Amino acid sequence: MPKVTIDGQTIEVAEGTSILHAARQLGGECVPPAMCYYTPLKGSGGKCRTCLVKVTKGSEKDPRPMPKLVASCQTMVMDGMEVASKSDQAVVDARKGVVEFLLLNHPLDCPICDQAGECHLQDLAFEHGSANTRYEFERRTFEKIDIGPYIKLHMTRCILCYRCVYTANQITDNRVHGIIGRGDHAEISTYIEKAIDNDFSGNVIDVCPVGALTDRTFRFKSRVWFLKPMDAHRDCDKCCGKTTVWVSGEDIYRVTARKDKYGEVEEFICNTCRFEKKSASDWVIEGPRAIERHSVISQNHYANGATTVV
Amino acid sequence: MGRKLLLEHAHVEGINTYEVYRKHGGYRSVEKALKSMTPDEVVEEVKKSGLRGRGGAGFPTGMKWSFLAKPEGVPRYLLCNADESEPGTFKDRYLMEKIPHLLIEGMITSSYALGANTSYIYIRGEYSWIVFILEKAIQEAYDKGWLGKNILGTGYNLDLYVNPGAGAYICGEETALIESLEGKRGNPRIKPPFPAVKGLWQAPTVVNNVETIAAVVPIVNDGGDEYAKIGIGKSTGTKLISASGNINKPGVYEIELGVPVEEFIYSDEWCGGIKRGKRIKACVPGGSSVPILPHYLINKTAAGESRLMTYESLADGGFASGSMLGSGGFIVYDEDQCIVRNTMNFARFYHHESCGQCSPCREGTGWMEKVLHRMEYGQGKMSDIDLLAEVAKKIEGNTICPLGDAAAWPVSAAIRHFREEFEWHVNEPKACLERNYGLVSEPVAAV
Repeated sequence: MPKVTIDGQTIEVAEGTSILHAARQLGGECVPPAMCYYTPLKGSGGKCRTCLVKVTKGSEKDPRPMPKLVASCQTMVMDGMEVASKSDQAVVDARKGVVEFLLLNHPLDCPICDQAGECHLQDLAFEHGSANTRYEFERRTFEKIDIGPYIKLHMTRCILCYRCVYTANQITDNRVHGIIGRGDHAEISTYIEKAIDNDFSGNVIDVCPVGALTDRTFRFKSRVWFLKPMDAHRDCDKCCGKTTVWVSGEDIYRVTARKDKYGEVEEFICNTCRFEKKSASDWVIEGPRAIERHSVISQNHYANGATTVV
Repeated sequence: MGRKLLLEHAHVEGINTYEVYRKHGGYRSVEKALKSMTPDEVVEEVKKSGLRGRGGAGFPTGMKWSFLAKPEGVPRYLLCNADESEPGTFKDRYLMEKIPHLLIEGMITSSYALGANTSYIYIRGEYSWIVFILEKAIQEAYDKGWLGKNILGTGYNLDLYVNPGAGAYICGEETALIESLEGKRGNPRIKPPFPAVKGLWQAPTVVNNVETIAAVVPIVNDGGDEYAKIGIGKSTGTKLISASGNINKPGVYEIELGVPVEEFIYSDEWCGGIKRGKRIKACVPGGSSVPILPHYLINKTAAGESRLMTYESLADGGFASGSMLGSGGFIVYDEDQCIVRNTMNFARFYHHESCGQCSPCREGTGWMEKVLHRMEYGQGKMSDIDLLAEVAKKIEGNTICPLGDAAAWPVSAAIRHFREEFEWHVNEPKACLERNYGLVSEPVAAV
């Protein structure tokens, strides 16, 4: 089993583990942020360049350092590899540069964005970005598009991580969702705004790291930090039926898949569970969901002990 | 007069037809390789020749070939990269238009060396008419038994196809080319795995430039050692240079590597000097993505040595005072040209051609173009110059494929050498719309 050292901490991981996953096993400050990589989606990653790390020692056999910063989600660990993540200034600078690039054409409409509070770009910009922008030109904008009755696509906010494209390819049966155009005028498309008609299409909302794909049944209903996330389940003949329901009082405002602290879903859920089961009687509530990463959400509910929340 | 290996018969009437090409010694290399050499011997000859990839990166071809994985029961592919889209480069077009059979002959010999039974020529969409030239030549080769089943009775089979792209610069990147050839969106793949292990349809693949494959023909004909005698050091053989800009004789020239740059620009044999007797201001020696050289670094390196047309000499001094031979797109600027405008033009190109897959290149190229546009039209600020340099630095090396580097290098080089002119654009917003800056002064503390 290869041993890898990340920011001075050594861990032994299974063969074929990426640097990102090794860092996640270590946890803490050394974990590179990831905007496009998504473990359940095959082929994702390598695009956003926020998870760049420096490999200072290639491996025990070949100790040469790698000439460029590498995407940690795509680089497999070798025995004896040494990696510098947040401890290296070049890495911090590169990530800062990437944040700046990602924010160039991002509208910064967080006050009216449904994703605010659970947005990865918000977290990333908070951690790695600078307070002001040097960009003085018009940003690209798009008209909002309704993808079927449940999903709203707001391309202006999109950071082209391709996660939803992989989801549409891998989770749903037939691909009606892709990228058209090139460069900074590329856009997510369903080809002539054709609605995604599929039982699992709602998962594109869960995988979206920003507010480009949002739940039309939840848009503008509430801020996420006013809601209490609860683990719940029901008997579903299409999916596992294990979800997180977001409640306020007696009302269920929205249903999402269960996500870990890196925003990755445990299991994908179907549209019936997500969009149609919004009454408390549909669900068996298991208990409050532990939210670690999104401080805004957890602070509101768990600061005084999670057990009191019902 | 230098030796010509590729374009020797380019001016012969009817050389694009099989009969004339054959009469001038065509397809000898196929006969020699298939009948008297093993594939490994051909690879060995190419290694001995020291041939380096002519597409831009200059990676030794023999070495690339020897990296090709050869698992049992898996087909191997040879792809010819004819997606020549680098601004300032037009050598492959000339070669394919004039002597299509040379490329086909090279493809057969190289495919034999690599053990490929299916090969593709991926040609850029804009070269639509060349597709027909190549297809006609391929048909002739099939008719005469140089392609198809059991070539020359040796039992070796090869099918050769021409595949036109849709006109994207990014598809000249080898993995994007493979994706495009597979019928997908031309996005570069993340490496590793490299194409030599998993390329086209996940099979081992070699991607070579048109000129590289054509150069295999004289290497097999005359032997790798003979080829290696031409040139200097690790830059062996001949190179096609597409000369353009403010010179008296723009065109495609085949030179022996090692010709002094000064001679190349001023000799009547090649560029024939600067138009209208002007002074030279700058030169881009290897296509738009390589760093630009100011007038005082063209003929002499920073160390005071004469600069030669070789991979090493042009790169002498690193990026601080050197450039690259690249793909051989030799662009010359006289004193009446505006470097800011030229840099903007390049930045616009890379902005337009960025595939949009990874964020630094997608967003950064557009940003650089906008800042340069503002500067060119007299709206720039002094802080923009440092901003540009910093954006270029943030793109460089942080992207999936080399397009990010290619977009960043010309901008950072222009600022490095022509900062004076950029500052003038900011300080004289009216004058910069009316006239050009002229030559920049040589830094006093140079060397």
